[in-house]
Amino acid sequence: MRIDVNDGRCVGAGQCVLNAPGLFDQDDQGMVKVLDQHPSGPDAAAVLQAVDMCPSGAIRVTGF
Amino acid sequence: MTIQDTGVTEFPVRKPDVPFPPPQYADFRDRDGLVRSVLPTGCPVWLVTRHEDVRTVLTDRRISSNPSRPGFPNVAVTGGVPRQDQIPGWFVGLDPPEHDRFRKALIPEFSVRRVREWQPTIQSIVDEQIDAMLAKGDSAELVAELALPVPSLVISTILGVPPIDRDFFESRTKTLVSVQTTTEAERDVAVRELLRYLERLIALKQKRPGDDLVSRLLANGNLEPRELTGVVMLLLIAGHETTANNIALGVVTLLGNPRWIGDSRAVDELLRYHSVADLVALRVAVEDVEVGGQLVKAGEGIMPLIAGANRDDRNFGCPEDFDPGRSTRNHVAFGYGVHQCLGQNLVRAEMEIVYRTLFERVPTLALDTTPDLLRFKHDGTLFGLHTLPVRW
Ligand code: HEM
Ligand code: SF4
Repeated sequence: MRIDVNDGRCVGAGQCVLNAPGLFDQDDQGMVKVLDQHPSGPDAAAVLQAVDMCPSGAIRVTGF
Repeated sequence: MTIQDTGVTEFPVRKPDVPFPPPQYADFRDRDGLVRSVLPTGCPVWLVTRHEDVRTVLTDRRISSNPSRPGFPNVAVTGGVPRQDQIPGWFVGLDPPEHDRFRKALIPEFSVRRVREWQPTIQSIVDEQIDAMLAKGDSAELVAELALPVPSLVISTILGVPPIDRDFFESRTKTLVSVQTTTEAERDVAVRELLRYLERLIALKQKRPGDDLVSRLLANGNLEPRELTGVVMLLLIAGHETTANNIALGVVTLLGNPRWIGDSRAVDELLRYHSVADLVALRVAVEDVEVGGQLVKAGEGIMPLIAGANRDDRNFGCPEDFDPGRSTRNHVAFGYGVHQCLGQNLVRAEMEIVYRTLFERVPTLALDTTPDLLRFKHDGTLFGLHTLPVRW
């Protein structure tokens, strides 16, 4: 699985950080930052949840 | 409820003696397409109640949040003050790309990390309110003594309102939300006084900046000082009664479901379950757009019903049950899309701290009335409780 984010779309709601804290963070500007671009195992489920919850469609995952 | 020959459904359907969310929402969700309705102001509107459709409406770029567009659902007749959306900086009423500049400037102030830094401050504000409550005796009116002051004191601290002005600030913001005890004229005065106060606050921060939100936004220079007045007013209004209503309703629900007291998963489930902001996310179609199999024409108003979506059994199992153990996270209590609540991480922290502290410090807390005598806000835009008498 590979995570890509489009921080031009991110609205900083922080849903990704709440759902997958080890994989996402918010930078000093509050914009999404990916901590682990290639998660696996249980983390992958958390990423899919984060994708569904992200209100702006800023997170894209491929290869799962 | 349907007026037979026109097929138009009356709205709102929230009434005293009818539980909230109104049972009609289930019927709306099961109908084909969307529900055609007309508001008391005479505005025609499409009601949207399915979870998927609400999320579509709140993310489709052909649908606008701008109240000055023709066809935008007009929910209330306003008094003498400028309509809130006419105040520069009232960015919840702007569409991208105009909206982006405001949102980007504010995001760092409400990120998960920033809110974590505010936790000790929130804790001491909550402790002080509970100290005062306990000092007064063995009963309290929780809306006035805890639910309303906490969010107001928290946001005024974040904004950088000097401590000496916080009582003024709290009393004016309380006037704004106490529809029951406040006349239109008193409201107008409170709005004007607050706007004037905020202008003075911004001028003060220009001269003597501090370590606070207003000073940082001024220093960034991305927003004009006069836009900042509207931004700050929005932060105040958007976060006050919404949070207060959730705090009060949550106490009632937790008292009725004590096994969830102390479980932090209760917070998001309470947000879903109560959906106090049912009627706030209004929209208008800018182009023809299809939603839930329904053609919505350009210029037609749309009302996504948040409580409808949050009780949709297509998305939540047994949606009528209060069950913090469920996966509740994709509720739309904070909306969805680019306007999704900016203050949501702050709200979660406030609710979590209020419930933990209240039930820890006042373990014998109980309603000081019977549940059927609780006075709910069936008339306001937001659902909530007028008062909440408790004892211990
Ligand atoms: C439980 C409490 C709250 C609830 C249920 C709530 C709900 C909402 C909803 C549904 C929206 C979306 C409106 C739309 O799409 O048109 C929204 C937006 C907003 N909320 Fe909240 N809110 C709460 C607390 C707060 C707090 C504490 C703040 C203060 C920091 C706040 C600030 C905002 C702002 C600034 C917006 C507009 C965001 C934008 O347009 O980008 N809210 N809120
Ligand atoms: S959930 Fe989406 S919008 Fe929110 S911070 Fe993460 S990427 Fe950005």
